[in-house]
Amino acid sequence: MDKVLMKGNEAIAEAAIRANCRHFFGYPITPQTEISAYMAKRMSKVGGTFLQAESEVAAINMVYGAAGAGVRVMTSSSSPGISLKMEGLSYIAGADLPCVIVNIVRAGPGLGGIQPAQSDYFQAVKGGGHGDYRMIVIAPSSIQETVDCTIDAFDLADKYRMPVMLMGDGMLGQMMEPVSFPEVKTDHLPKKDWATTGTKMKRKANIINSLYIHPEELEEVILKREEKYNTIYETEVKYHTEGLENADVVLVAYGTTARIAKAAIALAKQNGIKAGLIRPITLWPFPTDIIAKTAPNVKCMISVEMSTGQMVEDIRLAVNGVCPVHFYGRTGGAVPTPTAIFEQIRRYA
Amino acid sequence: MIYIICGHYGSGKTEIAINLALSLDNATIIDLDIVNPYFRTADAKEKLESSNVRVITPQFANTNIDMPTVPAEVFSALTGEGNIIFDVGGDDAGAIALGQYNRFIKEKKYEVQFVINACRPMTENADDTIKLMREIEAASRLKVTKLINNTNLKSETTKEIISDGQDLVNKVSDATGIPIGAVSGKKELLDTIKTDFPKLPLELHLDFPWERGV
Repeated sequence: MDKVLMKGNEAIAEAAIRANCRHFFGYPITPQTEISAYMAKRMSKVGGTFLQAESEVAAINMVYGAAGAGVRVMTSSSSPGISLKMEGLSYIAGADLPCVIVNIVRAGPGLGGIQPAQSDYFQAVKGGGHGDYRMIVIAPSSIQETVDCTIDAFDLADKYRMPVMLMGDGMLGQMMEPVSFPEVKTDHLPKKDWATTGTKMKRKANIINSLYIHPEELEEVILKREEKYNTIYETEVKYHTEGLENADVVLVAYGTTARIAKAAIALAKQNGIKAGLIRPITLWPFPTDIIAKTAPNVKCMISVEMSTGQMVEDIRLAVNGVCPVHFYGRTGGAVPTPTAIFEQIRRYA
Repeated sequence: MIYIICGHYGSGKTEIAINLALSLDNATIIDLDIVNPYFRTADAKEKLESSNVRVITPQFANTNIDMPTVPAEVFSALTGEGNIIFDVGGDDAGAIALGQYNRFIKEKKYEVQFVINACRPMTENADDTIKLMREIEAASRLKVTKLINNTNLKSETTKEIISDGQDLVNKVSDATGIPIGAVSGKKELLDTIKTDFPKLPLELHLDFPWERGV
């Protein structure tokens, strides 16, 4: 059959395998455990390595090692587990290594809860780990898009030699939709001549490292990396828009919340209110330009999130005071309803 | 009568269990899923209870904690009268929770329905499907007595997809000698299909957040 019915978590795992990821290191945590479970069953069949590490900290450092050897590698977790991985992630960024990290976000802070959330936005796009680094953060909103974004994540990681995070809320990890898997091509990507694969006494040793003895030397490395980040901000922004023409109110939402926002926009239309949607697909680089361009033409924007208001800060920076930016969210594992979002549209229209 | 609904993750066990419970008199549905955190029988609790179905779910189902406990009330249901529907968790990992009720189940009349969705990646061919079924039988210490063809791609299901699934279920039936109990799916689609097997029309109860009201 051309299409199969898959859970988001399974689709991520299968897409990674199709994208030639042959190394997976993980540690179970709800609501993303199916990624590990799927990898455990599939990896051995494709000649890859699945390893359940003794902890999240161990898993991310195994990723660090495998990435240094130039292979496609992935780890996955959910919020508390991602917090544990942050130190390793910073090292990976500091050593310019490509890898894919999946965060199927649950409620926080602390142990929080297993129901869906989007409250790891700050952690993902503003750092999380220490130091001047960035991570491309991709937020799909359907299972098919999850497949496509997983494949893109590996390509972007290799293209820019950096960690890329695929971020979905728990709902996206657990829900099922039909998907198909595109053919994956990797021949357009740069050769990994920096990888530590053994010199065979024929070349100078490659070194994977994030320590630089002299401050000026480290500064130079960081500034060069910053240029790379600027290129990414100019060229890799991805978003989707709907009904921005003539819209009075524009919702900004990603992931599952964007699906619910669409239902709310349909309710608004039935009630004669013109509402549109900007759905960021890359959370970093953030779709600043389209938001800034849209702001002068609308009454207001509303950020809808499963958090107490995180992405709303980036929207306000993009809007820069040109129109009011409101916020509506549910948190703690609660999910907004179409009707509740529609009430917000009506309130501000 | 005890109806045990088992199968691969995502084969549609919960929808079938809910529909079965709603169709029977004096029914108790038991959410025995110790694997899946979301999209559970508990989602349809209100609808079931308003239709006089007794609903037994783990204490922490649909809460923020991951506590795969099996409810103690199951024993009281098993020793009482009426129809019992077990909504079992996916694969052998889910079926293992059935083991402890084995002696109670075997004292009564029961059937074990194995739900097959040929659109699910790990049950796309007969060999894999039979292997998975045998793992579930080993974990639950019960033999499958009926096969259900629940092949679907959710909203993208066509009659051709159901018919392709039927080919797989026929193969599984031929190879194992287990009879086919029903072909299930949305009523509108089933109406367009010719089949020798009983049709089990489903009304769907587990929805996405964007399909929900207040």
